[in-house]
Amino acid sequence: VCEEGNENEQSIQLPIGLFRVHFYGVTASLPSPRDASAASAHKLFSFRRTGAIAGNTFRDLVRQKVFYFMIVFALILIGMSLFLVSVSFQGQLQTLMDVSLGAMSVFSMFLAVLATAMLLPKDMEDRTLYTILAKPVARFEYLLGKLCGVIAMLTVAMVLMASFFSAILFVWQGREMDRIHSDYPMAEIAQAEATGKVPHGTSADAQQKFDLESRKLKETTFTPTLFGGIAVILLRAMVIAALTLMVSCFSTSWLFTVIVTFMVVLVGFLVPVARDVWQGQAGIGGDLPGYIKLFLAGVTVFCPDMQIFNVIDDIAAGSVVTSSMFMHTASLGFGYLAVYIFAGYLFFAWREL
Amino acid sequence: MSAFSATKGRALGLLVILVWGFVKLPVETRLAAAQKENRFGGFKITSTLRQQAGQAGFLATLGGLRAPVADLLWIRAHVAWQDTQWGKMKLLFDVCTSLQPRRVMFWDNSAWHMAWNASVYALNDKKHVPEQVERYRNQQQYFALGEDYLLRGIESNPDSWELYDRLGWFYRDKRLDKLKAAAAYEEASKRPGRLDYVRRQAATLLADCPGHEEEAYRKMLALYRENEREWLPTLLKKLQQMERKLKIPQSQRVYIPEEYRLPPEQ
Repeated sequence: VCEEGNENEQSIQLPIGLFRVHFYGVTASLPSPRDASAASAHKLFSFRRTGAIAGNTFRDLVRQKVFYFMIVFALILIGMSLFLVSVSFQGQLQTLMDVSLGAMSVFSMFLAVLATAMLLPKDMEDRTLYTILAKPVARFEYLLGKLCGVIAMLTVAMVLMASFFSAILFVWQGREMDRIHSDYPMAEIAQAEATGKVPHGTSADAQQKFDLESRKLKETTFTPTLFGGIAVILLRAMVIAALTLMVSCFSTSWLFTVIVTFMVVLVGFLVPVARDVWQGQAGIGGDLPGYIKLFLAGVTVFCPDMQIFNVIDDIAAGSVVTSSMFMHTASLGFGYLAVYIFAGYLFFAWREL
Repeated sequence: MSAFSATKGRALGLLVILVWGFVKLPVETRLAAAQKENRFGGFKITSTLRQQAGQAGFLATLGGLRAPVADLLWIRAHVAWQDTQWGKMKLLFDVCTSLQPRRVMFWDNSAWHMAWNASVYALNDKKHVPEQVERYRNQQQYFALGEDYLLRGIESNPDSWELYDRLGWFYRDKRLDKLKAAAAYEEASKRPGRLDYVRRQAATLLADCPGHEEEAYRKMLALYRENEREWLPTLLKKLQQMERKLKIPQSQRVYIPEEYRLPPEQ
């Protein structure tokens, strides 16, 4: 597998399905048996090569100051939720979770777009791309390696943010538990009931209320659903990264990539509305002119439905996501990843570099 | 590399996205339906949302930040309450509840502000509304708003016992309709996680509704027999009243501890 566009070398292109396999040709003579065996031993796809590119991409990304800046900013915002909690007059724990999870959601999106949009243009500018593709590295491996590097960086960022959020939540949960204990001093209530200071049954009612509040607190904080929701945020960031990489495969500047990706993501949040209107489920589809329906169909088909991945708001409100819903969302997310990387490869494979 | 090849690559890429678009469509539709069934993302984009959240807030809600936006607007509603701006509060409550329809607290507190705080303020607002009839009418309007929040909240959260409990409270204290209140408490008692008092409320309130004495007696008797912890003053008092009203023979009447016995009938 070799690079293309090298004028001193002839290449033999073997179309295998949609993947083009380029074998090194030798300009002056036929390949020697040794060369031939080396060429046949060369795998079409190598995890090692992809892993090497992913590792380098990850290293490059974490060395960039913008990465640290964004992580620190996200952590500050998560910390700032404590301030909002103090000005919120009700549901403080809820506010803390909403703001922290919102910060994670937004920063993961920004990180995914900005980190990925710069990858290809930077490699072209540094001419690293040409060096890599001059080696026996397929363009598909190069793209997949880049995406894996970004995904690794996003995972590290998400783990950092989730850990910080968990620490804050843990402290706040302890404070809430203390408050519940002080609101329902069970020993004192039982004593008051025994001495007839409060009516019969007060202690049982207080115990029920105590149990209810404690249970509610536990059910809305550290639950598998919450961490599943955080995983869905990461999955969405991964899909956005793949989308950005696909756009950058045909765009000529990183600014174009960033703008187009953000537009597609923003439209993606409105896809459910477009789909409902197009399919007539919103009750107005029948009255629309044909060209608007066509436009809505285009939006529905070409843009990813970002609302599918937007489960964290409801999870923070206490809704429970079933494991089958998680599985379906994950399958859809990985489907998007596979399609975007493949489409990106198709854009990139024939691109003049 | 020819321009033709590059175009071919782009065309193939677009074809892949197009095919995927049709493949994912039924999957996304099914998943969205499943989410809707589980009452996920039930928020609605309205013009009030656009007005109250502002352009940035509106975009933020579309960009997956509706929970923090709802929290911020809730804080603004609190500020409006301090300034007794009931109209502004109502608009903000509408936005908060439409952004996060699964947050029971939003519905509960919106109803409480309207049906309790604003209604009392309206009834006593002699400075702006000197006529008693007008003030009374305003009070009734705030009652209706409070009831509306509770009913819409129940629609979005049918599994919430708290909202049915508040509805019962509202009918009992504001509408003075004990039959409706008993029915609401009865519904609350069927929901998971409910506190025991809602069952007692459902039974004891029904005892005050003419024509429902037998049903109320049956319910109270069931509670009485269930657990000695249920032998609370109100239940025991109402039970005796029903026994007298329904003329239950002395031999079939329940045991009442000495301190809770009503004075003998005349």
